[in-house]
Amino acid sequence: MKSVIFETGARLLVALIFVFSLFMLLRGHNLPGGGFIGGLLGAVSFIVYSLAKGPAEARKALHMAPETIAAIGLGIALLAGLLSFFMGDPLFTGQWFWIGGDSYDTAVFAPNSILVFDIGVYLVVLGGILSLAFAFDEET
Amino acid sequence: MSWVLVMPLVIPFITAVIAFILRNSPANRWVSVVGSVLALVAAAVLMVSVLKEGVVAAQMSNWSAPFGITLVADYLSAVMVVITAITGLATTVYALGEIPEETEKLGFYALFQTLLAGVTGAFLTGDLFNLYVWFEVMLIASFSLLVIGGGKERLDAGIKYVALNLVSTLVFLSGIGMLYGVTGTLNMADLRGAVAAAENQGLITVIAMMFMVGFGVKAAVFPLFFWLPASYHTPYFAVSAVFAGLLTKVGVYALMRMFSLVFVGDIGFTHEILLWVSLLTMFTGVIGAAAQTDFRKILSFHIISQIGYMTLGLALFTPLALMGGVFYLVHHIIVKANLFFVAGLARQYAGSTDLNRIGGLYKSAPLLAALFIIPAFSLAGFPPLSGFWAKYLIVKAALELNFWFVTFVSLFVGLLTIYSMTKIWAMAFWKPHPDGIDPTPNRAPPQVTRAMILPIAALAAMTIVIGFYPEPFVQFAETAANQLLDPTDYVTTVLGVQP
Repeated sequence: MKSVIFETGARLLVALIFVFSLFMLLRGHNLPGGGFIGGLLGAVSFIVYSLAKGPAEARKALHMAPETIAAIGLGIALLAGLLSFFMGDPLFTGQWFWIGGDSYDTAVFAPNSILVFDIGVYLVVLGGILSLAFAFDEET
Repeated sequence: MSWVLVMPLVIPFITAVIAFILRNSPANRWVSVVGSVLALVAAAVLMVSVLKEGVVAAQMSNWSAPFGITLVADYLSAVMVVITAITGLATTVYALGEIPEETEKLGFYALFQTLLAGVTGAFLTGDLFNLYVWFEVMLIASFSLLVIGGGKERLDAGIKYVALNLVSTLVFLSGIGMLYGVTGTLNMADLRGAVAAAENQGLITVIAMMFMVGFGVKAAVFPLFFWLPASYHTPYFAVSAVFAGLLTKVGVYALMRMFSLVFVGDIGFTHEILLWVSLLTMFTGVIGAAAQTDFRKILSFHIISQIGYMTLGLALFTPLALMGGVFYLVHHIIVKANLFFVAGLARQYAGSTDLNRIGGLYKSAPLLAALFIIPAFSLAGFPPLSGFWAKYLIVKAALELNFWFVTFVSLFVGLLTIYSMTKIWAMAFWKPHPDGIDPTPNRAPPQVTRAMILPIAALAAMTIVIGFYPEPFVQFAETAANQLLDPTDYVTTVLGVQP
């Protein structure tokens, strides 16, 4: 079933939802949000795309098999946890680095392992949900 | 220090990720082999440090107990992690011969390593909710492994397996919720004190029974075992070997941990139930096996029967009985996985696992016959193989308590086990092939056979070593049992660890 209205609307929605998912991912530490919810939203954007254009198009837009994305995400999350090995802490201890200051408040930029872990979770959720959704979509 | 505990857990996960990304290249199986070897090394390192310190614990993310997730290993956990790594390595090598390339491309090795990570996690965690998470990791991985490769039969088995296991995890999860409501903590070491101090001991006993049911389904005890014979005979032999060896043992391990560390307030009630459940498990399992004529179905029913011996060790709750239980646990993993390996190879040679349709293996594959005899007779408890010592310890513990009926049942079940093993021996190995053909090893390419016979021989060798030099293993089991009966060390190590 093709619907011109849905297809046109989808073009706007997909981009909006996807950008919102990235926003959710980034603001996750102190406010509601994070990798899991971001990944869900990211998956929703691709599901809308696949409903509008078909799963084959959506797979092409993703550039990579969703299963592979999930595996890479798991790898990234693990690496974020393993970072604490080199800092001499137990696994998954959050690691913060302050640039241009010496605490959270004064630093200009604070790269940390928590965001990396969240990105990993984001990819795991995105890939996992999409591999399910595409499989269902292709069956009907 | 903490990395000693983390590495056996992280290595299979990393292996799984790499193996999955490389799933379309032949390299992925070697990734799995290398990962399994590294996991074994990590497990050995953990074992060494446990032997030195007694109990080791670590707090994940630097959140101190009882708030964060604790990883902890005492003698029992350490030996389970080592045996998991050994089984994992053996199965990976075996899978090189058995698993076809199409299945490999679906991510077989990644799922397999995830399963190993889940099992290892369950053995190492010191936190109840975390244990639940590892159960889920295991369930997801094992469901996928059950149905991978397709086929109606596999899907049917997979659905039964997953449905019944979901019920078990639900009961387990409700138990966790109630326990948290009563005590306000889920750290196992912390729970020991909190449960003993709880006002409503009646409710604690109810929760204990919920845990017994939840873990009982996982361990496949009477009357909750029906999912096991419904599902274990369908997947690849490598898969059913690792399931048979490890999955039910996680349930037994969880029972042993919870009913020695936490739920010891009303032993007269809980352990009495466990005693009868164990006896019925032993008996129904072995009777079920006697009625089967499929190689793998007989072995599946024997898993159930043998689980009874392990829980019996826990139910009697004396140092000797627990020692027998721990010894039994380790011996059974090696033997059972090996028997499934043999079944797989026998199918390669003779073309089926239905005992009525195969035969003549003794004549055409004498090496396989010899390698079958070792685990089969060990399972039945023939001296001097490992199973003899395991049964001997349990029976001796029952005799010391003057439990004549228990003694009688264990010996009688042993006798019936011999009957089933003889049946397999007579029908698969001795009698001529019903089609009049000679099952020959030439049916499979030699490198396939080599990959499959190597782990069989290695595990058989381990059975013999444990059989002829039981002394160090028995001593180890004794220390493990003493740690279970007096977990002061466990509790202080977990709660006293400074981040």
